[in-house]
Amino acid sequence: MFGEGILKGLAETARNFVGSFVSAERLTTVQYPEERIAPIEATRDFPFLVYDGADWEAGLRCVACQICEKECPPKCIYIEKSVDKKPDYTGRPQIYPKRFDIDISVCMSCQICVEVCPFEAIKMDTEFELSTTDRFGGLLYDRKELAKSNEHYHKIHPTEAAEVDARLAEEKAKAETKAKAAAEAAAAKAAAATAATAAPTESKAGGGSQA
Amino acid sequence: MTPTGFAQEEKQRPEGWNRPPVIEPENDGDLLEVAMGPHHPSTHGVFRMDVALDGERVIRLKPVFGYLHRNHEKLAEGMSYLGSMPFTDRLDYICPLTNNWAYAIAVEKLTGQEVPERAQYLRVILAELTRVQNHASAIGFLIQEMGASGTPLMYAFKARENILDLFESLTGARMMVNYMRFGGCRVDATPAWLAATRKVVDELPQFVEEFENLLTGNEILMARTQGVGILPAELAINAGVTGPMLRAAGVNYDIRKVDKYGVYDRFKFRIPLGERSDVYDRFMIRFLEIKESLAILDQALKQIPGGPVMDSKAKLRGFRPKPGEAYGRIEAPKGELGFYLISDGGPNPYRYRIRPPSLINLTILEDMCLGQNVADVVLIFGSVDIVLGEVDR
Repeated sequence: MFGEGILKGLAETARNFVGSFVSAERLTTVQYPEERIAPIEATRDFPFLVYDGADWEAGLRCVACQICEKECPPKCIYIEKSVDKKPDYTGRPQIYPKRFDIDISVCMSCQICVEVCPFEAIKMDTEFELSTTDRFGGLLYDRKELAKSNEHYHKIHPTEAAEVDARLAEEKAKAETKAKAAAEAAAAKAAAATAATAAPTESKAGGGSQA
Repeated sequence: MTPTGFAQEEKQRPEGWNRPPVIEPENDGDLLEVAMGPHHPSTHGVFRMDVALDGERVIRLKPVFGYLHRNHEKLAEGMSYLGSMPFTDRLDYICPLTNNWAYAIAVEKLTGQEVPERAQYLRVILAELTRVQNHASAIGFLIQEMGASGTPLMYAFKARENILDLFESLTGARMMVNYMRFGGCRVDATPAWLAATRKVVDELPQFVEEFENLLTGNEILMARTQGVGILPAELAINAGVTGPMLRAAGVNYDIRKVDKYGVYDRFKFRIPLGERSDVYDRFMIRFLEIKESLAILDQALKQIPGGPVMDSKAKLRGFRPKPGEAYGRIEAPKGELGFYLISDGGPNPYRYRIRPPSLINLTILEDMCLGQNVADVVLIFGSVDIVLGEVDR
């Protein structure tokens, strides 16, 4: 019969239309922003820097090795190394990023910085409502804006964060046993070395003030 | 375009087998030259067709590419092998996972990298899910171009949404997945993910049935598509057309069967072939391919083995392949997608070339459109199923 196909199609539409009032499965949309779909755990959008403890500046895991800056495909990361050092999570003195900027208007959320980071210092956030009226600096995040606590990381990616914490704890334990064994032998040597380096710096500083 | 553009071009056209036939205008008077696009609702992006019309009939059609050129190939030459992977997502942004796979195959051939079994199965599952959602939305867009604004497309997107949720829960992103790596996949699929995939795959036949009820018997659809935009098989082969376009012309050529890349030799599936090579055949081929993909998915989910998803010897960054060249190709949902790489022993490719199915399938657009009505040009263009991100790269 001519028109049978059309009627069949219309019946399908009608079934879905009426069905959407009865079953939730047929109603596929939600009224954003009043309603929100529960976020999926693996979701990622922009990177943030993880810190341990209460003080964000002291607890930053980043050691400014600049691997992420080099590997970033759209080159949206800018890092300046510090001159002095601070202890990292294993207690070893490390340099830290004096400046760490990410232009998230350039970032394409590819996660390569996270994968190449050997220190578990940079992870992906899930915050997506980031629009701003400041078009010059609003989306250029410095290290203070990027720093987020390990607790935040646990909140957004619990499974992944637990794995990372376990790995870091293992590394720390390994480093501690290694450090204990090496401590006795290195103590005397290190003392001698610091004495030797301290002397020339002093004389150099003295020379500067004379000139 | 100058008013005399077509006349000038006519003089420059060389004689040869591959030139489209010359259509004589039926009416007296001048031809109407129209630029369809780059901002035209039917062009799926930024693409221009310069058409010369005699009344409603198309006398000449000139496709103009390049509005979305992003310099991907040259950028990749200055970037590490890993750095190009997220950019491949942005070629054919409807099916990023097949793009990832094609690039991974090319680099794996270049470096001689092995891929673990589980990763191969995961790749097959993801590629077939990609094919299902690509064909569903391709059909939806095609119907939309016939004037059914929205309804069938929303049905297709409803099914696509479930698949994209699977992609997101595995890879972290719905579209820009950046998932595959040289020597495996980035993260392993959890049992929960596999169960969710099984659930989606079990529900998909119901969607296919619903979608078929909605469309295939529709008299308006048949009147609009049957006998429109015929592409002879010889021309399709000569022009290098691949994918559903070529199979709709009755040529049995599917790289999953020809190359047996990955683990495709372990699955039983059939290759649907068309007969008349018109828009209706291309539309139906996509339906049948969805069904075959579901059969592959069913087998792959049953057979998937345990084990690692990444080869332990694989390097993420900082590797330098030996000087040489490699061509990795797969059957992407739109046709043969190939990546051709030349290494000079450095950390980045010396030459990086993509064979995009969309661009090459589009080169015979004029042959299909000549003598047709201008409203059918929109339809024929839709039946090619292109994504401009891949055409212009």
